[in-house]
Amino acid sequence: MERIHEGKSHTMADLKKETTIEVNNLTKYYGDYPAIEDISFTVNKGEILGFLGPNAAGKTTTMRILTGFMPPSGGSAKIAGYDVVSQSLEARRQIGYLPESVPLYTDMTVEDYLDFMGKIRGMDSKRRKTRIDDVISICRLEEYKSSIIGKLSKGFRQRVGISQAILHEPQVLILDEPTIGIDPIQVVETRNLIKDLGGEHTVILSSHILPEVSAVCERVIIIHEGQIVAEDRPDNLSNRLRATQRVEVDIRGPVSEVTPALRNVQGVRDVTHSGSNELSSYVIQSDGEDNITEDIAALIASKGWGLLRLQPTNMSLEEIFLSLTTTEAEKQ
Amino acid sequence: MKNTMAIAWREIKTYFTSPMAYIIMAVYSALASYYFVTSISGVLPEATIRGFLIPSTLIFSLLSPLITMRLLAEEQKLGTLELLMTAPLKEYEIVLGKFIASLLTLVSTLVPTLYLVILLVMFGSPDLGPVLTGYLGLILFGMATLSLGLFASSLSPNQIVGAVLAMGVLIILSVIDLASNYVGGIFVTVVDQVSITNHFEDFSRGIIDTHDVVYYLLFTSFLLFLTIRSLESRRWR
Repeated sequence: MERIHEGKSHTMADLKKETTIEVNNLTKYYGDYPAIEDISFTVNKGEILGFLGPNAAGKTTTMRILTGFMPPSGGSAKIAGYDVVSQSLEARRQIGYLPESVPLYTDMTVEDYLDFMGKIRGMDSKRRKTRIDDVISICRLEEYKSSIIGKLSKGFRQRVGISQAILHEPQVLILDEPTIGIDPIQVVETRNLIKDLGGEHTVILSSHILPEVSAVCERVIIIHEGQIVAEDRPDNLSNRLRATQRVEVDIRGPVSEVTPALRNVQGVRDVTHSGSNELSSYVIQSDGEDNITEDIAALIASKGWGLLRLQPTNMSLEEIFLSLTTTEAEKQ
Repeated sequence: MKNTMAIAWREIKTYFTSPMAYIIMAVYSALASYYFVTSISGVLPEATIRGFLIPSTLIFSLLSPLITMRLLAEEQKLGTLELLMTAPLKEYEIVLGKFIASLLTLVSTLVPTLYLVILLVMFGSPDLGPVLTGYLGLILFGMATLSLGLFASSLSPNQIVGAVLAMGVLIILSVIDLASNYVGGIFVTVVDQVSITNHFEDFSRGIIDTHDVVYYLLFTSFLLFLTIRSLESRRWR
């Protein structure tokens, strides 16, 4: 009796952590230009993964490889256990995909379009009928189901695109910039819709807006110039960010005096030094809120030490985040 | 097969809900009737449809690319090709579906010309053999021109580029046998055999030569194969 119970709980735990998407060392070159290099990650069943990065970081390329639109130059990817290259058809059957440009047949009505998309995914007419009604109500398109798609506004087209992606109840949903170019109210609605879809579906969505992924995703991968630079829960990432401002400084002066003096500067968290006694390099980390560079320069000058170099260093992660967050600020 | 029919059905609906199919039908009917009337108004009129069959090859060389030009070019322009290529569809299903739709559209433009046949039967005593082989020949000829047009449409997102390219190649293939007067030796046979219109002659006389049938079928399959390849190559770029 106990054994059975044990066995059961074991499978339950396994199910919970079941990997739906597995990406290993994925690389894609366009000619000599590497769009993505050596990308590896996994996504568990029911998880919502955010793909965050500036434009041309390689988000769309990764998604296109996962959906079988183009093959990788190297590495492999598996969707629900099917390799996207050698078992492409099976892998594609598991996927619902919304490309960035939201391509739609603009001369069809919403209903006809969904019916066609259902057909080419092998749904029989009975299932198509019930599912089309379902997705039309999920995406709140009831009033527009007989409208010609070409006459709908951008936000409604986006909804048609999403309804197409979830029509056949795929295990995996891949949404490329699902909220780009729609108005703020619709953005909130779309985000909520995607949140609801997690759990049943495994979702990957890409964005270049930090607040968006923190609002929707359970885990975030930051991709920059074709490489993964960070991967964590959104709140952890934000914490890590806040704690990182760094200044490198070369000072001529006695280490025994300089180090404590630097430690006393407002906001400094940690000071490390290297080099000889007379001329040392120091790395100063601060809590990041205010800029400490000026205070340090003033301190050195007032003590009469020799200042040879003073340089705030680039934290690559921070830089990326800054560029991301500024884009959001500009948008609003 | 289901997938192929789904693609074909969508295209057929697009042809017949837009003015495209009707315009092509009207243009072809008008031209065919004109040539028909001129051919039976001579001094010694014959009760045949050869009068419009022969010019039809040139008309089809111009109309077929107009029918096929949007088939793959528009998918590329709208980006919907990405939807088709990421759906569980094989490339040949997409190509065959599009081809079938264009063929049915072309065949439907032949339907109004049956009126001319009815006129012949009412006012003369035509030999129906050549009429039937004539239509068979036209359909085979149409298949060849449509497959070339479809291939051209796969090459560029611009519909006009595809259409003009296909028209150009078809016209060259139609007139290439004229060059047989200027070349010698084996090239005479080559240009005669390559010519897409040369193989049509026998059909209009009521003869079904397997070698002509094979020419058109091979031509069509080869170009459909190239189209499939062209779509596949998109995955490797």
